[in-house]
Amino acid sequence: MKYDSRPFRLVRNEQLADGIFDWTVENDTIPALASCGQFANVKVFGRTLRRPISICDADERSLRLVFQVKGEGTRLMSQMKVGEEVEILAPLGHGFELEKGKRYCLIGGGIGVPPMLFTAKQCENPLVITGFRDKSLVILQDDFRNAGAELVLTTDDGSAGRKGFVTDVLSERIGEIDEVLACGPIPMLKAIYSVCKGKVKCQVSLEERMGCGIGACLVCACKQKPKDGEAFMSQVCRHGPVYNAEEVFFDE
Amino acid sequence: MSDLSVKICSVEFSNPLIAASGTFGFGREFSEFYPLSTLGGISCKGITLAPRDGNPPPRIAETEGGILNAVGLQNPGVDHFISEDLPWLKEQNTRIIANIAGNTQEDYCAMAEKLSDSDVDFVELNISCPNVKSGGVQFGTSCESVGAITDAVKRHCKKPLMVKLSPNVTDIAEIAKSAEYFGADVISMINTLTGMRIDINTGRPIIRNNTGGLSGPAVFPVAVRMIWQVYNAVKIPIVGMGGVSTWQDAVEMLMAGASALQIGTVLFSDPYAPVKINEGLSRFMDDRGIKSVSELTGSVKPW
Repeated sequence: MKYDSRPFRLVRNEQLADGIFDWTVENDTIPALASCGQFANVKVFGRTLRRPISICDADERSLRLVFQVKGEGTRLMSQMKVGEEVEILAPLGHGFELEKGKRYCLIGGGIGVPPMLFTAKQCENPLVITGFRDKSLVILQDDFRNAGAELVLTTDDGSAGRKGFVTDVLSERIGEIDEVLACGPIPMLKAIYSVCKGKVKCQVSLEERMGCGIGACLVCACKQKPKDGEAFMSQVCRHGPVYNAEEVFFDE
Repeated sequence: MSDLSVKICSVEFSNPLIAASGTFGFGREFSEFYPLSTLGGISCKGITLAPRDGNPPPRIAETEGGILNAVGLQNPGVDHFISEDLPWLKEQNTRIIANIAGNTQEDYCAMAEKLSDSDVDFVELNISCPNVKSGGVQFGTSCESVGAITDAVKRHCKKPLMVKLSPNVTDIAEIAKSAEYFGADVISMINTLTGMRIDINTGRPIIRNNTGGLSGPAVFPVAVRMIWQVYNAVKIPIVGMGGVSTWQDAVEMLMAGASALQIGTVLFSDPYAPVKINEGLSRFMDDRGIKSVSELTGSVKPW
């Protein structure tokens, strides 16, 4: 069987920024299977649905999950105590596809930043552009530096790093890179793709309300047109969350 | 060890748990968790005559004790199901129920005919989908329309016919009687209750379809009540569903009158639920000296 029902143990739960929490969970077998861009579906006691959280980092025995409190489920997660058992289905979904020898530009916006850390660790000397609304939401800067990334910080209001959008930086530096990997809100992904189009390849990680998390219930739909095939309604949890930007219809 | 097997229309199920349509796809994803023979049967994702893309997202919203969904019958079509999905499903050593939905009576009859020559064990008539513009539930909300569609499909269907009822009706027992009179072999119930959630920050419904079908523990008491009413109104067996999440729920719904059960929403929070429910049911039966699941069916002692 591909999956395993053994629970994880929560070994760290810290607040990183306003409403942003940082979990480390341990399990003997599953973390080693994770690749960058995949996600974990976390069971929350008393809720009908699990909460899909991107994998921020992984090693042989642990997964790091950084999440934002958006509703009741994530609020309950933020209050869980170190030492508690957590049921987590992972690793799920199709992550970023990396090739050796390419210079990658990794872009994260807001709570789309965490999965780019694990991704940065798999790339050689990546250019990482992180964008936040303001200073109070800035996270993971030291982690990216320690991972050997060239790091650029932007905020919408200029309260930390450079004032402006991630695409301002991307437009200036697009000549130096071979491919863009991005995660963040849809308007940001659309803007990034419009900069990349015709110049460099671009992979985007999408977010959608999910049910089962494994591709069976069909609630997290995204219209996808594969390069050599017919358009179809794909499942963000299984065919995604990472897609080639040219294959997805952002507006449908 | 008690015997969990149940027989419905002379078809034997190894245990009373059947995956509910729309929560289990065509089984492949869940086969990565356990052998599908863990389940007595699988009611496949609802299929239509032609492939359908379904509704735009978001298609799901969480509610207290439940979920609303409006997938809108995304599926690859009946021909694809028969040629690509069914052969694999039949190798999984579990019973296969084809769930069919249509825009017109002719659609339903054409699908029933195609499936009659296939290897499915049952055809489940979905006349209760609340999430499509035409068809679906419009056939399921009056005794006349349920009778007419059951009668028509029965004439084209060589497989045992299970009619899936909508709870969005005034008197479900009368509807069940109409289905029985016009040839239904089994009743499955209940489909989802129509509901709605609104995001108060945007003023928009959370689901793009505006309304969706409510399922999960929140609907369980409604399902138990309706199954009990229908059990007392018809002679054909009932496959019960609606929020079954634990083995205790399973026992309760069997007592209300179900001969077998479908489970759905619980699979989203716990894909291993069928394993746990069967274990609990088996222990309960052992403790009470109950030898067969059929002894539980309708065993409630009403006041």
